[in-house]
Amino acid sequence: MNTEKQLYTVSIYTENNIGLLNRISAIFQRRHINIESLNISPSEIDGVAKFTIVVNMTEVNVKKIIGQIEKQVEVIKAYFHTLEEIIYQISGLFKIKSELLFEERQIQNIIKESNARIVTVNKEFFVLEKSGRKEEIAELYDELSVYGIMQYTRSGLIAVTKEEMKISALLKKYNN
Amino acid sequence: METQTISNKEISSKTTQRISGSEAIVRCLIEEDVKIIYGYPGGAIMPVYDELFKYQDKIHHVLTRHEQGATHAAQGFARISGKVGVAIATSGPGATNLITGIADAQIDSTPMVCITGQVASHLLGSDAFQETDIVGISTPVTKWNCQVTKAADIPGALAKAFYIAKSGRPGPVLVDITKDAQFEEFDFLYEKCTKIRSYTPIPKTVAGTLEAAAKMINAAKKPLIVWGQGVVLSAAEEQFKALVEKAGIPAAWTILGASALPTSHPLNVGMLGMHGNYAPNKLTNECDVLIAIGMRFDDRVTGKLDEYATQAKVIHFEIDPAEVDKNVKTDVAVLGDAKVTLKAILPLIDENSHKEWHQEFKDLYKIEYEKVIKDDIHPTKEGLTMGEVIKEINIQSKGEAAIVTDVGQHQMIACRYAEFNKTKSNITSGGLGTMGFGLPAAIGAKMAAPEREVVSISGDGGYQMTIQELGTIFQQKAAVKIVVLNNDFLGMVRQWQQLFFDKRYASTEMINPNFVAIAEGYYIKAKKVTKREELADAVAEMMASKEAYFLEVCVEKEGNVFPMVPSGASVSEIRLE
Repeated sequence: MNTEKQLYTVSIYTENNIGLLNRISAIFQRRHINIESLNISPSEIDGVAKFTIVVNMTEVNVKKIIGQIEKQVEVIKAYFHTLEEIIYQISGLFKIKSELLFEERQIQNIIKESNARIVTVNKEFFVLEKSGRKEEIAELYDELSVYGIMQYTRSGLIAVTKEEMKISALLKKYNN
Repeated sequence: METQTISNKEISSKTTQRISGSEAIVRCLIEEDVKIIYGYPGGAIMPVYDELFKYQDKIHHVLTRHEQGATHAAQGFARISGKVGVAIATSGPGATNLITGIADAQIDSTPMVCITGQVASHLLGSDAFQETDIVGISTPVTKWNCQVTKAADIPGALAKAFYIAKSGRPGPVLVDITKDAQFEEFDFLYEKCTKIRSYTPIPKTVAGTLEAAAKMINAAKKPLIVWGQGVVLSAAEEQFKALVEKAGIPAAWTILGASALPTSHPLNVGMLGMHGNYAPNKLTNECDVLIAIGMRFDDRVTGKLDEYATQAKVIHFEIDPAEVDKNVKTDVAVLGDAKVTLKAILPLIDENSHKEWHQEFKDLYKIEYEKVIKDDIHPTKEGLTMGEVIKEINIQSKGEAAIVTDVGQHQMIACRYAEFNKTKSNITSGGLGTMGFGLPAAIGAKMAAPEREVVSISGDGGYQMTIQELGTIFQQKAAVKIVVLNNDFLGMVRQWQQLFFDKRYASTEMINPNFVAIAEGYYIKAKKVTKREELADAVAEMMASKEAYFLEVCVEKEGNVFPMVPSGASVSEIRLE
């Protein structure tokens, strides 16, 4: 078993109930595990929420954590995967002064080459959106920061697995 | 006093009836066959108390003197009856006072439902009078919790609460109900909860694991069984005994497993862990197969983990999959309810006696007897020992009493020396080590099993943490026998100070009050013993009493509990002195 720390995504399918985030985050907190990113959204199943949590830990410990998470009454199933086992995306938003768009020709090239998308433009600022891997967004950040970024924010990682999760089959079994 | 009497017919909930949320709460409890609840009134739970007044012929409410006492009493009730204990409190301080008992119940897997009143829903989050976020506060120490703000959600929440509390690995749940939900009227209909789609109380036994475990057990030359409370919680005592006897395997217990197999059983080789017996601790590091049943390898049991039974193959019978491989890596995990899995494995087990191996336990017991036990229970030097008091209680109760202990030296001594003939006879705070647990837990135990002799044994420290519950004992006429082993010290901490902190007795000496006068102040018969020759008569008088009785025994001031596995040491480094 791998004893080196590495990034894992923990995918948790849950009932959509108030307070569950508190319960799940406490599992990480009491073991002093920092959550690198967290995203909660509806899943492919009606009424079932999906947590996607990225943590840096060993395989032994992530397995133990999964056990503790699955123990929670309202958790349907939890999985963990390495980054190689998933398809993931992160989204970044950049707010930049509008004058730069017209005065700095290089900015337009950066937008084009990075495949970023202009979300909105007005007199004061424009907003760029870039989805991709963490490194791609970081690269765009580095390039734009030379010209000045008014605001920057990045989403948590969202992921689907390469392999089937079989959660629907599991729920079907529970429902019968 | 005139009370409204409600007939069974009237409370039948097969058809819907328009009632208030607070009445619904009481009716839900009746539907769950709850007959005794423990609690303390206050502003945000008053509508429920008003209903309890109306339904007092159906539910007996015990007014404890502190909400902590209510939770411990509910725990004592649950531990001896196997049913769900119920505690109720008001919002804010009432609710936070429950937390110690809830945390204790969580770590010791005790089924408990706590109901708290909450400020009206329009005030939530406004720092209203007596508002606390009790759902947030109790989240890490409950098996499940929720807040209800609409009367119509009360039956569903409470049905779920009872189902979760008692199913699978039991635990405490908390339901917080706002005051407006208590007043609101709705069409009441109660349906018991039997299934929650996201919750699997008992995991499936993995195919082949029973056979693999049986093969390993049959091939073992030096097998050792270590059992915990799981045996008691799944009512598997009979199946467990059958396995131990058929396989002829020495069996040792964790503190919460005590009494599942009678103390006098020839294959019961004693207590595990920090103050456990010499032989099972030492031989844990010599067995070839370690069979753990319904226990969770607590650090007080294992000592230094990387030197714990490293030579042994480990089989773990367990209901909670998260416990498997948590502390000790297993070779075979038999998931499931112990009663079912033990019954299933029995036909696969060969008859055996392991005589030579068992002799090793007997040899080490002799050493422990000579160096520790003899002086503990048959002392010749001046000063009463805690061990001889327990021995006297054993004699007078014939090993039939339920012993409820607090936390500290007396607890370890009681667990080491108490004789248990019946299961569910050792009620103590294990995982959390909660001082103040003993006295209120004894009240709950006695009320759940009035036919049983319940002896509460406390130290002078823990006793004073919930001493106010003498008032509950008096008011409820709970015939609890209370023994305080008084050494005028916080004895266990003092022992550690002596052994590991150069005898610097920082804040462990207690100047104690007149305990007899306090008991008598609560109209409880009381006696104090300071000399050995007074002990037997005093214990006899206590046991003969039909009412509650308080006995203070002044024991030697600086008595120590041995054997001892020093904190962080391996179990084979267990010290006899």
